[in-house]
Amino acid sequence: MSATAAVELIGIEKRFPGVIANHDVNIAVRPQTIHAIIGENGAGKSTLMKTLYGMHRPEQGQVIVNGVEQHFRSPSDAIDVGIGMVHQHFMLADNFTVLENIILGAEPVNGVALNLKKAHSELEKIATSAGIEIDLDAFVSDLGVGQRQRVEILKVLYRGAKVLILDEPTAVLVPQEVDELFVNLRQLVADGATVIFISHKLDEVLAVSDDITVIRRGTTVASVKPGDVTQGELGELMVGDALPTAEPRTTQVGEAIRLEIESVTVNSPDAAVSRPVVSEASMVVRSGEILGVAGVEGNGQFELCQAILGLADYEGTIRLDGEDVGSMTTRHRLDTGLCYVPFDRHEEGLMLDAPLWENLLLTRDEEPEFNNGAFVNQGNVRDATRDTIEKFGVQTPDETVPAFALSGGNQQKLLVGRELDSNPSVMIAAHPTRGVDIGAQATIWSHLRDERDAGLAVLLITADLEELLALSDRIIVMFDGLIHAELDPATATPKILGTYMTGGRPEQAA
Amino acid sequence: MSIVEESPSAPAEQSEQSADRARRRARIEAGLVTAGSSVSAVLIAFFLSALLLLVTGKSPGVVSSTMWEVATTTRFQYEMIERAVPFIIAGVAFAVAAKMNLFNIGVEGQYLFGMFWAAVIGANVELPALLHVPFILMVAMLAGAFWAGIAGYLKVRLGVSEIISTIMLNAIALQITDWLFNDFFRFDDASGTLDVRTKPIPETGWMPDFVDGKLNSYLVIALIVCVVYYFLVFKSRFGFRLRASGLNATAASTSGISSGRMVMIAMLISGAIAGLAGLQYLLGEAHSYGPARPSGYGFAGLSVALLGRNNPIGIILAGLLWGFLEASAGPLQLEDIPRSIVNVIQGITLFSVVIVNSVISRWYTKRTTEAAAARLSMEAAA
Repeated sequence: MSATAAVELIGIEKRFPGVIANHDVNIAVRPQTIHAIIGENGAGKSTLMKTLYGMHRPEQGQVIVNGVEQHFRSPSDAIDVGIGMVHQHFMLADNFTVLENIILGAEPVNGVALNLKKAHSELEKIATSAGIEIDLDAFVSDLGVGQRQRVEILKVLYRGAKVLILDEPTAVLVPQEVDELFVNLRQLVADGATVIFISHKLDEVLAVSDDITVIRRGTTVASVKPGDVTQGELGELMVGDALPTAEPRTTQVGEAIRLEIESVTVNSPDAAVSRPVVSEASMVVRSGEILGVAGVEGNGQFELCQAILGLADYEGTIRLDGEDVGSMTTRHRLDTGLCYVPFDRHEEGLMLDAPLWENLLLTRDEEPEFNNGAFVNQGNVRDATRDTIEKFGVQTPDETVPAFALSGGNQQKLLVGRELDSNPSVMIAAHPTRGVDIGAQATIWSHLRDERDAGLAVLLITADLEELLALSDRIIVMFDGLIHAELDPATATPKILGTYMTGGRPEQAA
Repeated sequence: MSIVEESPSAPAEQSEQSADRARRRARIEAGLVTAGSSVSAVLIAFFLSALLLLVTGKSPGVVSSTMWEVATTTRFQYEMIERAVPFIIAGVAFAVAAKMNLFNIGVEGQYLFGMFWAAVIGANVELPALLHVPFILMVAMLAGAFWAGIAGYLKVRLGVSEIISTIMLNAIALQITDWLFNDFFRFDDASGTLDVRTKPIPETGWMPDFVDGKLNSYLVIALIVCVVYYFLVFKSRFGFRLRASGLNATAASTSGISSGRMVMIAMLISGAIAGLAGLQYLLGEAHSYGPARPSGYGFAGLSVALLGRNNPIGIILAGLLWGFLEASAGPLQLEDIPRSIVNVIQGITLFSVVIVNSVISRWYTKRTTEAAAARLSMEAAA
């Protein structure tokens, strides 16, 4: 190593109740480099970065910044020595301007009055040297995701950060925005900063970083240079074995139309917004077919699903198995064979304080075998829950454990299992593998494929383009509430999808 | 396990047994944690009250010996139970709504309203004994349900918080019953006594005492209410939906459980039960409604449900404790201990139970997660 490391982590160990999130972690980040930390979901990357950012204290190990050992008690300690973090979820006030958001909490003042002018000129300087173009006086509510991220980066720079931690910065971006981000990062490094880049996307890491550290099951397993490894090798280091691959399907899409959506329009619940959140959307899903819905989050996918479920008012017609469900309640629709893997499992899918078997019962309490007259047949529900636990490999001691005691991946497996075992004919699957590890992803994928082969019609909404391309028989792209394009997964690439997802057309992009 | 089946191999059986043990232990632990937080809250309250007595120069020894006497004397035991009955019923009324995250402060107004109409209508019908009491109970339940239903309707239709509306409805119920009583339903007794009350309910509508002058048979109604509450809320499909709506309203409505309908039904049931809280006084004691009617059952019920953690057995025990404290007030006064010490103990108990609950539930979440992970790794090793 030529110079003192900008950040060095030695023998870090961090325990949480019942689990060791990090152990024996050793990383040295050279100054003025982009250092990628790569690992699966749940491998312990975020835990490690929280340690580095002072959000919690490690049980063991040293954090050394520019050669000086640090004991951070809070993020402000970390900020003081020049470490800044750009969170995955943006923390911005929509109705404030970019400038106001950036100085929030570190406002320059003349006595007690805000000195916005000074902040403005200072920020312009920072932005220019970092190569970030942004209108400081624009309202955050008018900005796209990529621009909001730049605001977050500026926020960190404004507080004097020399080491920037970016937690999965590309998760919310479309491919074109990712490219722009990478340009920004290189400029930052050239300007003297050091970037720690957290990701689980192999191609991005190989494209942008100078050094790569691989984390698996909470510990650092390898440090490599991007030139020395192939994507496959890196993937193997990350998961410990081969990546799941999409086997081509051998069965045929059926004839029968299971779900038919005919020029459905959903208006915004906010009366002030006159533009509909879903406009004139039409699609069909046949039996044995997976229709993938691509799109940046917030382009009407959620509202479309709410309409199908009967949880939002809509204009137009939705048919399940040929029957108009317009006058049906949500429960009636579910009984007709619809099922739903929700966008947010904690918000819409689970009762965290209730035992697993009650969670299984939640969407299925009308199934005859779960009822004993007016009473719940607890024995049968628990048997069924045990079956689902076994079939989907949910890691749990038994079915009486409260749902909060399970890891996110296992909660998701239970949720998907609950819905697939309800004998549905149409499934809305929103992010069915979000936040689960690769093993669980493979399990969920294979169950989805099996049910599809058995005739299930699936409307798959996902932000994971790999998943979209691996599972879908057809792909539609939603942008701004409209069905913007329909694509064949055989010829679609992430690049093409990204162009459509941001509202463009490939001809224009070229 | 049937005999014809081959017995499983020894190690498998062993690990199954240890898994069984772990499961039992987890269940017992959950039970202990639930009961433990309430019990420790009560202990804290007694301890702090003793300190308070010391500071104010009263003897905690006198208080405890008096209370011990109350607890061990049959006469006072009857009184304790009789006083507990309305608290238990009001507690269940509160708990039904609480199970779906509705905070029905309006039990007070609902039982007043129920009691009033039960007295008025019950006195003006002639029915055989076997029908008269059930009829009056029905009237009280309908009136209570109606009064709670207003809050339910406001919440479902207009999004008015049930906390606000039930507080308001309490005040309104008080005024309306006073007005109706004074202007319309005062019973003018020919004897010209100063006894101001509604027309008495005929004897066919009375509930007898088990022991003369003590222990009215109305306590059976309280027990029935608890049993019905248990099966309805914890065992039935309807109860499951009610609890699901309380645990996660969004998930419940995503699963097709109409939240508006559940709010309405929960409020109606809560109000119907609340309507029964005042009837021990009406059917077993006074047989008419008047200014001497009891008040405060609704708020006692809130405390009892909180302390009993909405569990039917817990509510019964908490109700008995409240009844015991009330029954102690008289004897304590004879010993020159102010009655308010009883309210202080009740207040501190509630205060402690809220704090202890939140501390323990945080600990318990952590502990459960840990235990689940530990059992998992144990099973993986086996």
